[in-house]
Amino acid sequence: MTIPAQPAPEATEPLLKVEGLVKHFPIVKGLLRRQTGAVRAVDGLDFDVRAGETLGVVGESGCGKSTMGRLITRLLEPTAGKIEFEGRDITHLGVAGMRPMRRDVQMIFQDPYSSLNPRHTVGTIVGAPFRLQGITPEGGVKKEVQRLLELVGLNPEHYNRYPHEFSGGQRQRIGIARALALKPRLVVADEPVSALDVSIQAQVVNLLDDLQEELGLTYVIIAHDLSVIRHVSDRIAVMYLGKIVELADRTSLYERPMHPYTTALLSAVPVPDPGRRVKRERILLKGDVPSPISPPAGCRFHTRCWKATEVCRTDEPRLLAPRAGHQVACHHPENAPGTPEPVTEGAGA
Amino acid sequence: MTTTPLPDGGAVGEPTDGKARPTAFLDVRDLRVHFPTDDGLVKSVDGLSFQLEKGRTLGIVGESGSGKSVTSLGIMGLHTVGQYGRRKARISGEIWLDGTELMSADPEKVRRLRGREMAMIFQDPLSAMHPYFTVGAQIVEAYRVHHDVDKKTARKRAVELLDRVGIPQPDRRVDDYPHQFSGGMRQRAMIAMALVNNPNLLIADEPTTALDVTVQAQILDLIRDLQKEFGSAVVIITHDLGVVAELADDILVMYGGRCVERGPAERVFRAPQHPYTWGLLGSMPRIDREQTERLIPVKGSPPSLINVPSGCAFNPRCPYADVPKGGVTRTERPELRPVPGTEAGRPHHSACHLAPEERTRIWTEEIAPKL
Repeated sequence: MTIPAQPAPEATEPLLKVEGLVKHFPIVKGLLRRQTGAVRAVDGLDFDVRAGETLGVVGESGCGKSTMGRLITRLLEPTAGKIEFEGRDITHLGVAGMRPMRRDVQMIFQDPYSSLNPRHTVGTIVGAPFRLQGITPEGGVKKEVQRLLELVGLNPEHYNRYPHEFSGGQRQRIGIARALALKPRLVVADEPVSALDVSIQAQVVNLLDDLQEELGLTYVIIAHDLSVIRHVSDRIAVMYLGKIVELADRTSLYERPMHPYTTALLSAVPVPDPGRRVKRERILLKGDVPSPISPPAGCRFHTRCWKATEVCRTDEPRLLAPRAGHQVACHHPENAPGTPEPVTEGAGA
Repeated sequence: MTTTPLPDGGAVGEPTDGKARPTAFLDVRDLRVHFPTDDGLVKSVDGLSFQLEKGRTLGIVGESGSGKSVTSLGIMGLHTVGQYGRRKARISGEIWLDGTELMSADPEKVRRLRGREMAMIFQDPLSAMHPYFTVGAQIVEAYRVHHDVDKKTARKRAVELLDRVGIPQPDRRVDDYPHQFSGGMRQRAMIAMALVNNPNLLIADEPTTALDVTVQAQILDLIRDLQKEFGSAVVIITHDLGVVAELADDILVMYGGRCVERGPAERVFRAPQHPYTWGLLGSMPRIDREQTERLIPVKGSPPSLINVPSGCAFNPRCPYADVPKGGVTRTERPELRPVPGTEAGRPHHSACHLAPEERTRIWTEEIAPKL
C-alpha cells in the first residue's frame, strides 16, 4: 500500500512486537478428557509490526495464519511467548485489562455473512463499540455512525437497515466501519476480500488503501492470495505449519525469494495471461501439508522440499537475515547474498 | 459406446423445428434456464449459445450469480431431477452432444449418457461424495451403472484410475472414506470418478476454488494432462481469470445470465472487447506485472437476476454507458457480434453497443496501459 511519511522504521519503537508466540490446541480423549496431543497451530513466531506499515501474512490453509491473527488481537490465549503493544505486555491480560486496548486493536473478519448479527441494524452494529466502551462521540452515536458509513462508501441513510439487505461487498464495508469506529491504531484483517467477487474485491482493497492513508492505520492483513498480498503489503511474512519461514519487504520477497517454499508458492499462482503458461517454469510441490499435530522434525518443509538434505531432517533452521531486512529460515536459501542487492522500496530495512 | 449416438428408435435426436444437425461436438443453442420464485422469475441463464470441439477446453468466467453453474447443470440435464425438478425450472433451447439433442430426449436416455458421455467435477468434493461409502465403492458404482462388469473388475478399474490421478498407494486408499482424504486428494478422487467411464465431455465447475494454490497447481496440471490423454472436450467454470488462462483455449465471459464476450483465450486476454472484461482484468492484482498503485474496480454490484436491467445488463456499472452510440438507446439489448477482422477460424464475439473502433481505442489507450 502507501508508504507512510515517517522517520526510518528502525528509529521508531515497533507498534506490535511478538516474541516466541505459541498456541497449541489440546486434543482430549476419553471420559477423563485426558490430553493426548496438541494441534501446534502456531509454534514460535517472532516479528514486529511497525507503525503505519502493512504487514501481509500469507500461507496455505492450516499454516496458523488465522490463529496468529486471533492471538495478536488477544481473541485467543497464547500458550507461550510474548506480545507487546506499544511497549506494553498484553500477553496475558484479562478481559477487563484488555478492554482499553480494544480501542487500539480491531479486527476485520473474513465472512461478511457470519460476522454481522442478523438481528441488529447497521446502526446498532457499527455503534456497538461506543456502547461497549462507554464512549459518547462528539455529536452523538448516530451522527458518528453515519459519518463512518459514509467513510466506507455506504449510504448513511441505511442506518436502520439489516445486514441481509446488503450485498457481500457492502457487508464487508459494514465490518470495516465497525472496526474503525474507535479510531484504532492497528487493524488485523483476516482474509478481508476472499469471500468477495473479483470486481468487488478491488473496491474493498482500494477502500482499505484509502483508509490507511486517511487515518494513518497500521494493518496486519492475512490472506492466502499471493497477488492480493503483494498488492496491499509493505512487508510480507510467509507461514508454513505454524512457523514463519520467510519475512521480507515486498519487492525483495517477490523478486528474490529465498525460501524454497516461497518460490514454489509464487510459481503456483495462476497468471491471467495465456501466453505465459508455455514459458513459465512451475515448481510442483508433491503431496499435502503435513499434519500440525505431529509436524516433521527438523525443517518442517523438508518432506516436500526438493533441496532437502540430511541437515534439514535433523536440525530446525532458525529465522536469520542473510540479507538486510530479509529473514529466512532455511539451510539452503536461494538468492543468497553474494549476489548483488536488489533495489528495495517501501518499508524494507 | 464411446462416440456412437444412442440407438434410438424415434424422435430423439431430431430437432423439433427442423434445424440442421450441428457440426460441433457440443453445441448449445439459446439455452435459457428460468426459476419461478415468490419474488419473480429468476433468469439465471438467458439465451446462451456456444460450441465446443473434442480435445478443446472452454473456460466460462463470471462472478457469482452470473449463471455459470446453472449452465453446467443445464447441460448435464440436472435441472429436471431432484430438488431443481420439484421447483420446476423452466428450461428451453437446444443442447447437442455428439449429434444427439438432449433437451427433447427421453430423460432415461439422458440418464444413460450422464456419467458416461458427459461427466462433471464439482467444486466441493466433500459434499459431492457420500460420506458413508468408501471412495472406491463410489467409483465402482459409477462404473457399474454404465458397464456390465463384476465388482472385481470394477474395483480394478477404480484402483487404476486413482493411480492415474496421482493418489499414492491406490490399492490401499481405495478402501478409505472421503473424510480420510485431504482436500486435494478428494478432488483427485472426484476426477477419477468423473473419468472412470472415459467421458467425451467433462464439465469442471470451480474445480480448484476450495484448494490451496500449490494443490490448485497440481489439479490444473492433472486436468490438462488428462485432457491430452483422453482427448475429451472440457468445460471449465470459474471466477478466476488466472485459472482459465492456464487451461482454456476459448473463453466465454458471462454477466447477468448472458454471454458478453466469447473468443480465443489469447484474444480475450490481449484485446478484450467488452467493458466488463476490462473491469475484471483491472480488478485483479497481478503477480506477473509491475506493482500497480491502485486497482481499477468495477463500480456497483452485480445485477439481481429478477430485475436484470433492460438493454445491456452491464449498463448501470459501465463507465462507457454515456458514450454516444449512434442512435442506440439504453433499453436496446446488444447482440453478440463478431469483432471485425476475426470472423474466420475462431471468431471473437462481443455484445456491446460501443463501435468496434471505439472499443479498440479505449482498450489500447485507456485500459491496457494501467494494467
